[in-house]
Amino acid sequence: MRGRPLLYRSYEQDGGLLNTAAKRWWSAALLAVLVWVPFQASPDLVLLLATAAIAAIGAIGLNIVTGYAGQVSLGHAFFLGVGAYTAAVLNGDPAARSGVVGYGLDMWIWLPAAGLVAAAAGLLVAPIAFRLRGLYLAIVTLGLVFIGDHIFREAESLTGGVGVGRKAAAPELFGFSFAEPGTILGVPLARDQGLYFMGLIALVIMALFARNVARSGVGRAFAAVRDRDIAAEVMGVSLRRYKIYAFVISSFYAGIAGSLLYTISRFLEPGTFGLLLSVQYIAMVLIGGPATISGSIMGAAFVTLLPRLIEEVPSFVPIISGEAAGGFLTTQQLEQFLYGLLIVLFLIFEPRGMYGIWARARNYWKAWPFSY
Amino acid sequence: MAVVSPSATSRQPLTEFLGGRTRAGDERSLLEVSDIVLRFEGVTAIDTVSFEVGPSELFAIIGPNGAGKTSIFNCLSGVYRPESGAITFAGESLIGRRPHAIAKLGIARTFQNIELFANLTVLDNLMLGRHQHIGYGPAAAMFYAGKARREESRHREVVERIIDFLDIENVRKAPVSMLPFGIQKRVELGRALAMAPRLLLLDEPVAGMNLEEREDMARFILDIKEELEIAIVLVEHDMGLVMDIADRVLAMDFGRQIAIGAPESIQQDREVIRAYLGEQHESRGGES
Repeated sequence: MRGRPLLYRSYEQDGGLLNTAAKRWWSAALLAVLVWVPFQASPDLVLLLATAAIAAIGAIGLNIVTGYAGQVSLGHAFFLGVGAYTAAVLNGDPAARSGVVGYGLDMWIWLPAAGLVAAAAGLLVAPIAFRLRGLYLAIVTLGLVFIGDHIFREAESLTGGVGVGRKAAAPELFGFSFAEPGTILGVPLARDQGLYFMGLIALVIMALFARNVARSGVGRAFAAVRDRDIAAEVMGVSLRRYKIYAFVISSFYAGIAGSLLYTISRFLEPGTFGLLLSVQYIAMVLIGGPATISGSIMGAAFVTLLPRLIEEVPSFVPIISGEAAGGFLTTQQLEQFLYGLLIVLFLIFEPRGMYGIWARARNYWKAWPFSY
Repeated sequence: MAVVSPSATSRQPLTEFLGGRTRAGDERSLLEVSDIVLRFEGVTAIDTVSFEVGPSELFAIIGPNGAGKTSIFNCLSGVYRPESGAITFAGESLIGRRPHAIAKLGIARTFQNIELFANLTVLDNLMLGRHQHIGYGPAAAMFYAGKARREESRHREVVERIIDFLDIENVRKAPVSMLPFGIQKRVELGRALAMAPRLLLLDEPVAGMNLEEREDMARFILDIKEELEIAIVLVEHDMGLVMDIADRVLAMDFGRQIAIGAPESIQQDREVIRAYLGEQHESRGGES
């Protein structure tokens, strides 16, 4: 519609994802920047961005169950672990002498399988979860993390056991490895760039899926369960069914994220999947913005890049030490303090998270120079 | 602001989407409640109440605070389960069914204290009313193509027609928590209508409204009954409204059924007057 860009001729147009020219332009610009960045930034930063992209998939998953459907889950680390180990087992070297199981399968099998096995784990947990809400659900999912942690430590044939660990899955799709230097469409890519594009492509696809779920009847039912569960049920939304859906979709996302995340570090240690990891994902959701997909991505980027920023702190603040045992505070302690502090500050001052800050800035400039 | 113009080809009347009578069978009574009893720890909230509601009848339940009116609604919509007695709707028993299963049979309700989904827009709230008519699952939702896309447009069409009917076009994309009370009540009515029910339960639809809002709401209720031919059970304290629009009235007091009949006979009923005004007014009966 030349000249009247906001005139919609169909409901489909009105409900589209990119239903304004501004959204289309900004999305195109953002995509261009994201493609351009890995050729400019240093390799370690590119790897960090790849980690952020994959972590964002996990954050989207947690946001579906916690942000959209309102079911607090502290058990996200467990599902990340299930995904990571499913991928590692399916991909692992069958002839390895280390004693861990492996089947040597390709990425097109282990990637969906990691999601599906995690989703199945979510389905097993869901019947307990849908009988509880609020704090009680948080406690049950907290228990899940500890049970999972125990299983990961003890199932040595799958995980290698504490202190030993095992190799993570290698991202090889039909003979092309994202984790080794290679060329795509004639463009030579280093290891970090390959992993970055793997993460970016996976994130774009998974974010699109999540956005579609959010704007569909399923997403509306999630929000109804979150906002008023009795009214939702009277409207014809089956609480049981939608709480299960939310858990299953969320753990599917966690499984995919878990399987891809450790292709970067190439190594899996059973102790990784503890409560702290869950808390990191909760921080991503709360800092980024509950019940928004773009917020999950912003939150994941922030939480992933935060440690890197904190590493720079000791050179400015003398009482904070970069060493493990020294000074008044170590950088690791500072990091954990900051997660807690930021969660509290966001909950008090901007419950809509970074997305809320962005929305306010956008609305300000939309009306500028008027105040409303 | 975005402008939405429905395509000109699909200008069917709202009755095509929501007509209550057209889909109903030939039952003499749509809803039959017989001898239901509900107790909470020694308090008898409902004590053997029986009534019937015919197709496209406007049936009102009145009574002082705590008489058990809303408890009856909660039994009808499956939120509470009565201890004894039977409730049948269009030949199906409602006892023991989950609320969402009852919704599926064609019973919609509004709440005394607005129970809208506060973070969602008017549009999304009404679309949630269409929920039970949505036939695609989460896998189709992920791709949002083909069936899911077509269904969303089709339900949007129905919802837009209801928005038009209730005259709330200007707030369709506003989050409901931002809207004034009277409009929220209207949105809640719209959400119940979107379910395309055969029976609509309205719990105090005009409570807390000013005269103009009350008149608007009364007009909507009559339109729903007469144009859409949807049966309505109404709980309301506004006696003027009830006596003006109800076909039959059930009066309750302390969980007991004290009178049932046409509005004129209820107004004259000694028990009803006693329940509302107390014992000493009994001798002056009928002057309320």
